[in-house]
Amino acid sequence: MNETNHRRDVEMERTLRAALQAPTPEPPSIIDTATAAGLLDVAYARLDSPVGTLVLARTPQGLARLAYVEEGQEDAVLQDIATRLSPRMLAAPARLDQPRRELDEYFAGRRQTFDLPLDLRLLGDFTRRVLTATAAIPYGQVSTYREVAASAGSPRGFRAAGNALGSNPLPIVLPCHRVLHSSGGLGGYTGGLERKRILLAIERGEPAALGHPAPA
Amino acid sequence: MRLPPFQNLLDAHARDVHRFLIATVGAVEADDAYQETWLAALRAYPSLADATNLKGWLFTIAHRKAIDQARARTRRATPVPEPGDLPEAPVAAGAPAGPDEDLWAAVAALPDKQRTAVALRFIADSAYAEIAAAMEISEPAARRNVHEGLKRLREERTR
Repeated sequence: MNETNHRRDVEMERTLRAALQAPTPEPPSIIDTATAAGLLDVAYARLDSPVGTLVLARTPQGLARLAYVEEGQEDAVLQDIATRLSPRMLAAPARLDQPRRELDEYFAGRRQTFDLPLDLRLLGDFTRRVLTATAAIPYGQVSTYREVAASAGSPRGFRAAGNALGSNPLPIVLPCHRVLHSSGGLGGYTGGLERKRILLAIERGEPAALGHPAPA
Repeated sequence: MRLPPFQNLLDAHARDVHRFLIATVGAVEADDAYQETWLAALRAYPSLADATNLKGWLFTIAHRKAIDQARARTRRATPVPEPGDLPEAPVAAGAPAGPDEDLWAAVAALPDKQRTAVALRFIADSAYAEIAAAMEISEPAARRNVHEGLKRLREERTR
């Protein structure tokens, strides 16, 4: 190849790259076709809330995961969901309209119970029993690890109950924040104690908690 | 196998896959081929054994869907399709308008292997090895197809 041809090739490559990579119409969404084909195992969406950014993930059965997202940790949260549920996972906010709306109402103090289909596949047997007991604690009230363990059928297993609550894949919706130490102390919380305080304050109807800024 | 959320693939490659299909099957049929590509990818994704070259894997699927689309069109257009080959020029109609329109049309008019190789090279920024894998040809053949395609485009423009 002579010099001129080589130069022309380089020029041609540059022109091609520029032309072929220039803006084209937005590619169409694949959410509807994937859903219709039964290939969307997990739809997820973000939600900004008084307790920081949340990631919600649902399967065709229902809401399977509600995760607190710490600054810069979103990729890790999404990877964890992909590993535990399925990697066939798409951002599809419209598929999470109902849980997002109900959570918004909850944070605004306008909703006391959630009316959502849930997918409990991330809960082990014991966790499921503990969280079912937890779900029976009414809005605005609290219980203790000891009481929850007893109603889950293992009265001496209050430490195990605490651990089970700590691995709650659906916090807020399964209200593990309503469980405190027998001494009256806050105990622990899967999303950190600041979030637990805010949730309890919202449920006490404290105006300051409503629209409280996200924890730092 | 720890696979990333499928959305990551979509975020990284949706535009390039779409552009590649516009260049290879034409804008009118690109959307169908695009949906087919992603559905096939979603279907196979969880059982993928090797996640080190997801881009190459994706463009192999896109290339196959482009061939399927072109074959379907040939069947509709002529009673006797040539097996194993893409029809000559896909519709250039619907390629992005503007100053680049001529170039898109010229790419669309390339013989099928050159068109695919050029599109993989300059839209998807693929290495020759990746082009070879996606087109299921040898690496020298991939290189040759890109260069012959380039040569033809250059001759078109200097004509």
